[in-house]
Amino acid sequence: MIEALEIGDDCLVLSQRLAEWVTRAPTLEEDIALANLSLDLLGQARALLSRAGDEDELAYLRDPEGFRNCLLVEQPNGDFAHTVVRHLLYTAFLHALYTSHPGDEVAAKGVKELAYHRDYAALWTVRLGRGTEESHRRMAKALETLWPFTDELFEGRPELREPWAAHVSRALDTAGLAVPANAPQRSGGRRGEHTEHLTELLRELQSLHREHLGASW
Amino acid sequence: MVTEPVERARAVAAAIPDPELPVVTLGDLGILRDVRHTPDGGIEVLITPTYSGCPAMDAIRDDLRRALPGVTITTVLSPPWTTDWITEEGRRKLREHGISPPGRAVMVALTVRCPRCGSPRTRLVSRYSSTACKAHYVCRDCLEPFDHVKEI
Repeated sequence: MIEALEIGDDCLVLSQRLAEWVTRAPTLEEDIALANLSLDLLGQARALLSRAGDEDELAYLRDPEGFRNCLLVEQPNGDFAHTVVRHLLYTAFLHALYTSHPGDEVAAKGVKELAYHRDYAALWTVRLGRGTEESHRRMAKALETLWPFTDELFEGRPELREPWAAHVSRALDTAGLAVPANAPQRSGGRRGEHTEHLTELLRELQSLHREHLGASW
Repeated sequence: MVTEPVERARAVAAAIPDPELPVVTLGDLGILRDVRHTPDGGIEVLITPTYSGCPAMDAIRDDLRRALPGVTITTVLSPPWTTDWITEEGRRKLREHGISPPGRAVMVALTVRCPRCGSPRTRLVSRYSSTACKAHYVCRDCLEPFDHVKEI
């Protein structure tokens, strides 16, 4: 079985980050694409968090230190390059995780959705990496910012590194981008030690529920 | 006949239109997985989402409750929904309403035909469209944009 709280929190937090793009994406098509990606992850988050307990209590009433998501997914959207790189790095991991749990019904369903997520991120990685000097520069910068959060993905799951690296390096090679050398690594998310960005994300995610406890549409 | 109320409920449930694609029914889409007796003599309706985050599921549950008061509604994830479960009838209705039906989910890249003029000369604009289950295409011949239910 998949670790419901860790992966459920990953999906919830990344879903919220992607939803922040709605009405702000570079083009209408990307706006819709990002909203759809967000929805997939929200659906997976709900299924997983329901296994761990009451989904609403878990999503709306926990403090940051109660969350078990990895640090990568809580990193801010930044520019579109940051969002693309974060999605490339994370969804290659989640796809590999789901693939390794074929008997888990959330994974068996999610893996078909994640195949589209991986492709989406890889296509944009190539397009921006090989686009203009400016888009290449931004992608390189995003890689440098986000690479330090990659080792954490494989804590307790070392077997996923190889399929992850195969996908990620294929996309980066095609895009003409290089993995940052000697990037210092950070972790702690799985133990509830988060960056300040999660606090800000949860403030928005939870504000309505906390102000109007028990309210419904 | 023990099965009769179940068969009646099945027919009612299968005929409910999908909230986001009202030209097709829950039966056409393969969202309705089973209708069966519960041990206590009630009726249970099993449905499955197209995509994990499909926002239509709540509306579908409401519609089922209205059409079949008192039934138990259970959402199942396994086996995962595939576009192969869309019936021939469902495919015909989609096409007639300007939505290109999916091909077989085996990953062979087949041409997506324009549902309006039938031309195979079409171009993918975006893999995401008005709902999670559709992609956005445009026809190079009649120039009309259209939705395609993407294979999954």
